[in-house]
Amino acid sequence: MKAPLSWIKEYVDLPAEVTTEQLTDRLTDLGLKLEAIHSAADAITGPLVVGKVLTMDPEPQKNGKTINWCTVDVGAANGSGEPQGIVCGAHNFEPGDLVVVILPGGVLPGNFQISARKTYGHLSAGMICSAAELGLGDDHDGIIVLPPDAGKPGDDAFDALGLREEVIEFEINPDRAYGLSLRGIAREAALAFGAPYHDPALRETPSSNGEGYSVLVDDPAGCPVFVARTVTGFDPAAPTPAWMVERLTHAGMRPISLAVDITNYVMLETGRPIHGYDLDKLQGAIRVRRANEGERMTTLDGAERTLSPEDLVVTDDSGIIGLGGVMGGETTEMSETTTNVLIEAAHWDAVSMFRTGKRHKISSEAGKRNERGVDPTICAAAADRVVELLVQLGRGTAELGVTVFGTPPEQPPIRIGYDLPARISGIDIDAGTVVDNLKAIGAAVDADADGVTVTPPPWRPDITDPFDLVEEVVRIVGYDQVPSVLPREAAGRGLTRTQKLRRRIGRTLAGAGCVEVVSFPFVGAATFDALGLPADDVRRQTVPLANPMSAEEPAYTTTLLPGVLKAAARNIGRGAPGVALFETGTVAFPVDRGPAPIYGVDRRPDEADLQKLFDALPRQPLHLAVVLAGERERAGWWGAGRAAGWSDAVGLVRRLATELGVTVEVRRATTMPWHPGRCAVFLVDGVELGHAGELHPNVCAELGLPARSAAAEIDLDLLMAHATVVATGPAFSSFPLAKEDVALVVADDVAATTVETALREGAGGLLESVRLFDVYTGEQIGEGKKSLAFALRFRAPDRTLTEAETSAARDAAVARAAEVVGAVQRS
Amino acid sequence: MQPEEVDAAREAALAAIAAAADLEDLKRVRTEHTGDRSPLALANREIGALPPQARKEAGQRVGRARGEVNQALAARQEVLEAEHAARILVEETVDVTLPTDRLPIGARHPITTGAELIADIFVAMGWEVAEGPVIEAEWLNFDALNLDADHPARTMQDTFWTASSDRTGPADDVHGAGTGVVLRTQTSPVQARTMLTQEPPIYVVAPGRVFRTDEYDATHSPMFHQVEGLAVDEGITMAHLKGTLDHFATQMFGEGVTTRFRPSYFPFTEPSAEVDLKCFVCRGVDSASCRTCRGEGWIEWGGCGVVNPRVLIACGVDAERYTGFAFGMGIDRTLMFRHGLEDLRALFEGDVRFTTAFGSEL
Repeated sequence: MKAPLSWIKEYVDLPAEVTTEQLTDRLTDLGLKLEAIHSAADAITGPLVVGKVLTMDPEPQKNGKTINWCTVDVGAANGSGEPQGIVCGAHNFEPGDLVVVILPGGVLPGNFQISARKTYGHLSAGMICSAAELGLGDDHDGIIVLPPDAGKPGDDAFDALGLREEVIEFEINPDRAYGLSLRGIAREAALAFGAPYHDPALRETPSSNGEGYSVLVDDPAGCPVFVARTVTGFDPAAPTPAWMVERLTHAGMRPISLAVDITNYVMLETGRPIHGYDLDKLQGAIRVRRANEGERMTTLDGAERTLSPEDLVVTDDSGIIGLGGVMGGETTEMSETTTNVLIEAAHWDAVSMFRTGKRHKISSEAGKRNERGVDPTICAAAADRVVELLVQLGRGTAELGVTVFGTPPEQPPIRIGYDLPARISGIDIDAGTVVDNLKAIGAAVDADADGVTVTPPPWRPDITDPFDLVEEVVRIVGYDQVPSVLPREAAGRGLTRTQKLRRRIGRTLAGAGCVEVVSFPFVGAATFDALGLPADDVRRQTVPLANPMSAEEPAYTTTLLPGVLKAAARNIGRGAPGVALFETGTVAFPVDRGPAPIYGVDRRPDEADLQKLFDALPRQPLHLAVVLAGERERAGWWGAGRAAGWSDAVGLVRRLATELGVTVEVRRATTMPWHPGRCAVFLVDGVELGHAGELHPNVCAELGLPARSAAAEIDLDLLMAHATVVATGPAFSSFPLAKEDVALVVADDVAATTVETALREGAGGLLESVRLFDVYTGEQIGEGKKSLAFALRFRAPDRTLTEAETSAARDAAVARAAEVVGAVQRS
Repeated sequence: MQPEEVDAAREAALAAIAAAADLEDLKRVRTEHTGDRSPLALANREIGALPPQARKEAGQRVGRARGEVNQALAARQEVLEAEHAARILVEETVDVTLPTDRLPIGARHPITTGAELIADIFVAMGWEVAEGPVIEAEWLNFDALNLDADHPARTMQDTFWTASSDRTGPADDVHGAGTGVVLRTQTSPVQARTMLTQEPPIYVVAPGRVFRTDEYDATHSPMFHQVEGLAVDEGITMAHLKGTLDHFATQMFGEGVTTRFRPSYFPFTEPSAEVDLKCFVCRGVDSASCRTCRGEGWIEWGGCGVVNPRVLIACGVDAERYTGFAFGMGIDRTLMFRHGLEDLRALFEGDVRFTTAFGSEL
């Protein structure tokens, strides 16, 4: 909300010494937050003058545009008194109009220096300005045409436009709808400084007399008050006076025509949206009702709308003529020929306004106020003010007939104890302050021994609860009075086990040289295509979004791989020789148990209902994805580097499992996006934990990753669920170690872990460790076979092993391997 | 051998030992002067042939000479070995300034470590860290927090709605696609979850990821991170809120960095306040040129207030007995001004040069 300072001061007698900054500081402290103070003059250097257009010659250009070559009388402002030649691209003016001209040497906002320059075959000496060019808002549609009374050619335009006016822009919170009016802002200013206040909505209004326009309201809940007034003989050619144009422009509204401008002006002044109908286009009585399903109308923005039975509509004998409180209809709109006006000032149900605005995606100044809640008691006053201005400025005649339907809804009183504001704020606030402050906001306060019964002022429909009153009392006392006190010490249990484990996982990976990334979780079919996932892959079963950022990525992801792979490609693209990235985050798998219920809020849902709510949500396990691309170890003076490969990815998962004390089984697997021969699946207690290995060459090519890039993705929830809680300290022997190395020839497709397991089983209790240290294939072994060399280490807890014992254990291990996988020991 | 000859042989041996320049030399000297064919060895062998009365004297003389020579040899050996060892160490000198970046450096993301930093400040006060899912029930994200479908404030938070798998049509801004499920727009549903499942006293912080349909630019992102705080106990007041946030600010930004409240509006709190942080760079002194607070002396940090009793009631907390306070701020935004980041998008690009600059702990 933009409020010109002079307009605020019209309704509040602020002490002369109060500066704009003091005013805005106090208002911010009260809850009307200062957004900015604008003064257009600050960014403009003259000469900026009033000019009168003498001639304008349209000249079509080769680029399809038509420019106007104008001569403009700028009085003596250009030194010569001769007409000024100016090229102008706008068309919304004609000879005889008063316009705003910046002459060469002037500077417009944005440090836009104006000089005489050759353009479109003319020497254009200056510029005819639009409101946007002067920093007066966003209106680029044409130049400013000043009212005829704005001044004479050559006059300083700073004053004609009120450019020196300070305009205060406030951020208005949804609970302070009254701040969307000068009436409300001035009231807060008066409150801030204890200054006298003149309510612009306080005026004598004529009563309903049965002579006014016929109005029937079928739905008084939706439209409790409807005031109709009539003005006839209005001069449609009457211009909007300069002062009104100036204020509307400052407030961010575009002047349109006198009748429309007056309704907008009164809305800004009082906060009450007003609608004007062309009386001559109305047919019969006005009726307010809910729309019928599927009824259609065209609103004055030209949009044809299909209505819902929840929409409130205004009708006459011709049908629907307005979407009540939100936007008028096309058929009865005021135009440049309107001479007889019917003024509607009606109070509408805020929820209905909100729903209709949302349903039809209409965001209007009227709707914005109606849906937040407007003072229902000022309809007659606002209508009367419009009548007054139409008569005064448009030479119309106020008809005697006045229609006032309904009575304003009353706000129920609220009861609070004197101690509540202090009890909630922690500030010492006495009973007197409670009463004073509530009276200061305009509430009716009935004080007794224990507390107050408060009827909120009609412009504060937001005040419904005791705590709302607390806020009112406390904001006037001042939030800066709230003391700083720590609450009692809570007996917290520290981080949970999973919270600690997550930190441990992150540190382990960072310690292993991996860098964490945070990616957006949005995916689409193309994402999965790039990973080569088959059509029936479970990862393609996503939770869809109804309103995604991009149509290409319309769902929440089931895998973290797309994010890390994209980040890896980005790093490589930016010149990194190698990159190791990881990401942890939740993914989502749909559960399809129907919509999640929406409960009431007057009590806690019971356990069963709560469970229904939780169960309706997608399953969201915590995942980890890792990618290793390019150099894993760098080349350098020490020798060659080492490219990342499948074993780095598998190794990282194994390292994590070891860190958490989880035993994982590793098996060969074939699943995209991994290389079919170089992919491992991890199992924990037989349940799949995830995969790791070299990425499929097609995936690397598709995503711009170096060949043989590796990746892993695992379910961290599962891993953490199996983490060792309390590690048992190992008992180990310090007797001498006995070493036995064996080389076993097995078929190519036998997994090393299978052989290792067999060795362990066979070796018995004396075995301390077994580690594969070499793999050999070649002619000596034969086609389809490989030799695996294991280092067996034996040790007894209580003695030095004899050679015979060691050999026997080794032979037993080899024998078991022979039995399980047909291993043959190489001599 | 005459006594003079023994003396001479001894002297010759000692001189040769002293002159030996290295271990190789000394080895030769040793053979030459103590070997089987050396004069002293010969003299020793001659002793047996001497008459008994001369044998003793000669034996002593030769023995003494040999002893001196052997001692000298051992001493010289030790010196030369030490010299040799020292020389090897000199020869093995390397350029220790050579690069050592063979293995890559890892790092955790500043959003992760930032959230941990914040969590730890509260855990140290005895608070706990609460969590909830990112894809959340509409009722928990909105209704339970006094934001029913007709609340104008719902439009303040542009929501991603999920669609059911068979219906992906456009969403209505207020009711979504009717799934009752949203990408949470705030971490506040964690408040509701905590109150629904725990008895007071409650002291929790909830850092987490949230979503809003904002355009992606230098200061906005459809995905960002918040941290939420909730205290519900007997006798909780705004003063406790102020005390907690002042403590938080001090821990995060240094001694003397406090907060201030401005009246504001949030449906889930009443009274509500915006919380500003005293600029930790300029401390409000000569702020005009301060790039961190842009001349304000204060930095907008987040929102807070006394938990609206309507929220307590919807979550099953006895609103007569308990009061509470809640606050929330953006983690990404806090990192931006704490670390002088110009562009929010750096957090989500995954460039390792960005992330490694923060290391593994903030």
